[in-house]
Amino acid sequence: MMAVNANLTSATYLIAAVLFIFSLKGLASPTSARLGNTLGMLGMAIAVMTTFFVGHTLIIPLIAGAIVLGAVVGTLAAKRVQMTKMPELVALMHSFVGLSAVLIAIAAVFNTAEHHSSVQRIELFIGAFIGAITFTASVVAFGKLSGKFGSKPAIFKGQHLLNFVLVLLMLGFGILFYLQSSQSAFLIMCGLALMLGITLIIPIGGADMPVVVSMLNSYSGWAAAGIGFTLNNSVLIIAGACVGASGAILSYIMCKAMNRSIIAVMLGGFGAEAAVEVVSGAQKAVKSGSADDVAFLMANADTVIIVPGYGLAVSRAQHALQELTTRLIEKGVKVKYAIHPVAGRMPGHMNVLLAEADVPYEQVVEMEDVNNEFGQTDVVFVIGANDVVNPAAKKAGSAIYGMPILEAYKAKTVIVNKRSMATGYAGLDNELFYLDKTMMVFGDAKHVVESIVKAIE
Amino acid sequence: MTDLLTMQNITIFVLAIFVGYHVVWTVTPALHTPLMSVTNAISGIVIVGAMLQTVTIDSNTLNLTSILGAIAVFLTSINIFGGFLVTRRMLEMFKKKEPKA
Repeated sequence: MMAVNANLTSATYLIAAVLFIFSLKGLASPTSARLGNTLGMLGMAIAVMTTFFVGHTLIIPLIAGAIVLGAVVGTLAAKRVQMTKMPELVALMHSFVGLSAVLIAIAAVFNTAEHHSSVQRIELFIGAFIGAITFTASVVAFGKLSGKFGSKPAIFKGQHLLNFVLVLLMLGFGILFYLQSSQSAFLIMCGLALMLGITLIIPIGGADMPVVVSMLNSYSGWAAAGIGFTLNNSVLIIAGACVGASGAILSYIMCKAMNRSIIAVMLGGFGAEAAVEVVSGAQKAVKSGSADDVAFLMANADTVIIVPGYGLAVSRAQHALQELTTRLIEKGVKVKYAIHPVAGRMPGHMNVLLAEADVPYEQVVEMEDVNNEFGQTDVVFVIGANDVVNPAAKKAGSAIYGMPILEAYKAKTVIVNKRSMATGYAGLDNELFYLDKTMMVFGDAKHVVESIVKAIE
Repeated sequence: MTDLLTMQNITIFVLAIFVGYHVVWTVTPALHTPLMSVTNAISGIVIVGAMLQTVTIDSNTLNLTSILGAIAVFLTSINIFGGFLVTRRMLEMFKKKEPKA
């Protein structure tokens, strides 16, 4: 656009980067989070405006048109998406960052007006391959989350060997590009990285989706930082590094909550071999009850803890559940929600659903804060959750041994709502369902909760 | 010269990871989903790189570089607007609720 003092543009980019950090910091509490988000928007606006002044021979009408078009699509998506579909939206957006990083890298390689030093060629290579893996892996994750592809892990012989060969080939063509600035080597390298994104993610099953989504969040940040290195642009490097760190921390938290190592998750296959174990439990007797029974038990309890899981999201029962809580509180019952870190398909999924249904966040407690209360609780209502309350996690030798669970089995009465006796993601039978104090209520979560509400009235 | 610049970039990168690491640990678990959507929006910062490739080369407006650049601008713009707005929508839900009458 015009030549502007480079110190000035560096300063405005720095301001943008600091605003991004504030937007993350805001999320420390729900009250400061909205201001943080606004600061993030401001930072982005500053960064984009600055770029208009930094670039030489920018095609401004084309850029402006693309931004406006993207703004329309993005705004519509943000307004229309259902809260239960957040994991899918997030996965899709990760794929956009990945694809953009690849496109930018290819555009730079084919930019005849630019000469790339050997260091920049390494940076382009890194940015492009992380972006490519992020792109296809996120598309597969999106497919698994939205049910377009099966969520079962796809495992075949020689899988790790194939991945290994792909990595070697990718590095080989990367080196060729480094040595000879060969454009075709760069394209082949990108193609291999795209394939690698698919083969890395298909063996990972539905149970590990919270980890996968977090990990791809991290990758998208590293991809952005990689592009920042090529451009020598500090705001990209800072923002990318923060996002990368954020995703890595979330992955760590998710892994810890499942007592699984990140390596084990990446190697995949969890829940695939499980079908065999299930049969033994099928003959055991369970006690099943009606919505009226549940209503009676709950209305006469002093304390109730509700444990929601992915089943709640599937049947969109959050509003009905909030209605039930309100009725119980009117009757003087103390009600809390207990959230396991991996409940749902992404970190914090349950919290958002409950917030959408106007459940005050004071009623929603995290696992560590609630586990010692189950022993004094009259009724625990497990709704659409399974593995996160499975006492098998306390037994050595179980597939989920060591996973921290919500200790629902300690309560005086346990009510479990499920659609059927099917097992959770881990494919394990759940002893909790066979306890004398447990009552099973079969049916769609929303339908069941609505019936309970009616029965209480 | 390039080496010095690269070292500076690596310095910024490493320090930024530390900042990100410490800031993100303070995020309350209840807001982990908004954290993901806002980081999604922030990684839309690659729009800067996309814009810088949407350029005229040798007085050619439409070239492979500028077309790929423009597509990347479009995609990252979806991320930026979608990410920040959906975060705002979620955070509105976390507002302190007035007890229902």
